Amino acid sequence: MGRLLLICRLGVGDVRHRPASAVLLVLAIMTAATTLTLGLALAGTSNQPYQQTRALTAGPDVVAEVDPAQGPGGVPVTGGPPADVAALTPLTHASGVVAHSGPYPLTFATLQVDGHEAGAQVEGRDQAAAQVDQPRLTQGRWVRPGEVVLERSFADDLGVGAGGQVTLNGRSFRVAGVAVTAATNLTDPQICFSGCDLTTAEKGNPGLVWMTRADAVSLATAAKSPLSYTLNLKLADPADANAFANGYDNANPSSAAGLQSWESIAWGYGSLIRSEQFLLLIGSWLLGLLAVASVAVLVGGRMAEQTRRVGLLKAVGSTPGLIAAVLLAEHLVLAVVAAALGLLLGWLVAPLLTSPGAALVGSAGAPPVTAATIAIVVGVALAVAAVATLVPAVRAARTSTVSALADSARPPRRRARIIAVSAWLPVPLLFGLRVAARRPRRVVLNTISIAVSASGIVAVLMVHAHFDARAAAGLADPQNARLSQVVTVISVALVVLAAVNVILLTWTTVLDARHTSALARALGATPQQVSAGLSAAQVLPALVGALLGIPGGIALVSAVNQNGKHLTLPPLWWLVATVLVTVAAVTAITIVPAWLGTRRPVGEVLQSELV
Amino acid sequence: MSEKVLQAHGLSKAFGRGEGLVRAVDEVDLEVCAGETVAVMGPSGCGKSTLLHLLGGLERATGGEIVLAGSRLDQMGERALARLRRTAIGFVFQAFHLIDELTARENVELPALLAGQSPRAAKRQAADLLQRVGLADRATFLPAALSGGQRQRVAIARALSNDPLVVLADEPTGNLDSAATLEVLRLFDRLHAAGQTLVIVTHDPRVAATADRLISMRDGAFVDETRMSGGTRGNLGALAGLEG
Repeated sequence: MGRLLLICRLGVGDVRHRPASAVLLVLAIMTAATTLTLGLALAGTSNQPYQQTRALTAGPDVVAEVDPAQGPGGVPVTGGPPADVAALTPLTHASGVVAHSGPYPLTFATLQVDGHEAGAQVEGRDQAAAQVDQPRLTQGRWVRPGEVVLERSFADDLGVGAGGQVTLNGRSFRVAGVAVTAATNLTDPQICFSGCDLTTAEKGNPGLVWMTRADAVSLATAAKSPLSYTLNLKLADPADANAFANGYDNANPSSAAGLQSWESIAWGYGSLIRSEQFLLLIGSWLLGLLAVASVAVLVGGRMAEQTRRVGLLKAVGSTPGLIAAVLLAEHLVLAVVAAALGLLLGWLVAPLLTSPGAALVGSAGAPPVTAATIAIVVGVALAVAAVATLVPAVRAARTSTVSALADSARPPRRRARIIAVSAWLPVPLLFGLRVAARRPRRVVLNTISIAVSASGIVAVLMVHAHFDARAAAGLADPQNARLSQVVTVISVALVVLAAVNVILLTWTTVLDARHTSALARALGATPQQVSAGLSAAQVLPALVGALLGIPGGIALVSAVNQNGKHLTLPPLWWLVATVLVTVAAVTAITIVPAWLGTRRPVGEVLQSELV
Repeated sequence: MSEKVLQAHGLSKAFGRGEGLVRAVDEVDLEVCAGETVAVMGPSGCGKSTLLHLLGGLERATGGEIVLAGSRLDQMGERALARLRRTAIGFVFQAFHLIDELTARENVELPALLAGQSPRAAKRQAADLLQRVGLADRATFLPAALSGGQRQRVAIARALSNDPLVVLADEPTGNLDSAATLEVLRLFDRLHAAGQTLVIVTHDPRVAATADRLISMRDGAFVDETRMSGGTRGNLGALAGLEG
């Protein structure tokens, strides 16, 4: 008990003595913990908005569809035979079916409004309300001849509402209303804003439009496009929807009807959130890596400052185990605090990422932070702190009492080849290379830190290059834009954490090299040469890290690209600029700490070595 | 009379302010001629090291003037001071201040590299200097593998790297045993004989006894000056009380 109390008192005293480094340590781990919390919490996002929409629209339990013969890209063959609507009839009196609506005719058309163009899936409906799947109006009124109702997310993307005017296959319709439905799996439609010369299929996800049956049939006939048909079924027990759909498919393998359960439709609505979750989990591991680097640098720096304290503790009878326990306990407690803050922040931010979009009503609310999420986040935070603290803690514990009391610095590494090569370089590079070579582990940390951030930046550039390529074809994709925002936010977090790392590494290097810097100045190096050398000690590993970031970023996007879509590489000059900007940024943020490192009078530094 | 290499007039250095003001160096006047060895002696904390740092431009004076080879150090910017340290001043420190990861030769060639000499020329010069201080066979040794006296001789070789006008030595034997002290004094004696100007601060009377001129310092001020009759000529070991 006494030992535990001593560990607590020493740990608390240390944190109070060094609040800034404690705060930085908490911030570094908290950033990773927040991202991890978001990634894990999104897995538990409720499908409440879908359920709400389903209840409001008398959403079907099963949707059946028959399509005509299709050509390449799933486009119905123009002038081909119509779909076998009779294949839907047996479903209306199948066992377990208590109600139905339809079959409704379906056709595809090109919609134009205000110079925008998009693919539209047109569904012919009755003017009377349907018993199953009656879309819920959020604006205006239901369909009438010559009028259409637009699905809400489609209307939002097009920027058109009730009272507006659209053309479908060149025929003008008044927009009677805007509505939501739970009967179709709607991903955000892709809209062509200018100069598109693409087929409807090439335009990607079509938006949904309702009009009267007669108008839909007339539209299809005019375009010589055969009709599809859709049938909405209500079951006695909605929970049987999957079993009903699978059972029907198995029992009627030759049926032209394709069945989809409401669970399957609901799962489709979650695709955006699942993509976000995947990105956040990858981001959290990258940020976790950076947090390990941050904590390792912080702990290393603190250990360099505390060597004498360790010696004093050992001199008054502390065991090496106690020394290691104090350091570990202190950082583990800070890690728990960081994890708690990360969990809180993640829980608060999650609703921003779980918005269902305009296709559904209601909101998912804050996803639950489960016991498993808490355990994983706290476990990762503790692991980050333990991995980064263990080596310095054990090293401190092993330091001999005499050398710790003398506050003697850890002997630097000798790299004969680097020393020989550096003799041929200008003074700042000579000094910088030799300072960097003294602490190879710090160089590795710096390189990894920059490589991870540069990978994130390259990944963002690739995502944007992909969107730019789509935009050049005139297409906008709101769903991808939201994912792009998530990637950008993760990358900003990576860059900020890497910048913090660079500052910490520079400051640790400045402290570690203060004697060498003072000596170099005593031997005739100018303060400018010394501070440029201290900057160079960070910039050289940063250059390597930035170069590694290019394949790193490509690998990252390839890992995320689970669907095997074609990857768009950014232009070469973007990649070259990334390396140059990274190196310039590292140079800029190391200037101040490196300059501060040469402010102390040489005589004072050299004299202090005697104390 | 020989040319004056180094002069200080009314040189002062104060730390702190108000009641906590400490005058580490207080209105000191000093003139050092070419080829002269001047010893500044006094107890610990009397301001000897601070004086040496001021003379070498490692610290800024709060008052007075310093002239080295006709140039006012106290009016120079940091860049000019650095250039002067590269070309006109050699430092020898009590704690040697060798760079741990560099060999003896690499430590000695460093000032030449900082002065812009080619690596080949710097290497050749370092080998000559190590030969001069009797450590040619230790050129590839790291400081940790050298004795205290050998380390200080490497430091002296480094101080001579750019053929300085004056070598400023701060307690050069402070960390050495008697045998190593004698090694270093003999080296200084050879430098003196070769016409090298030396300013040595020490609290050790045996070291001070080897100088041409001995200045006593107390509480930041010079309190006495003695011209030594024999200087370092004669039996150095006996003079310094290090041999029978």
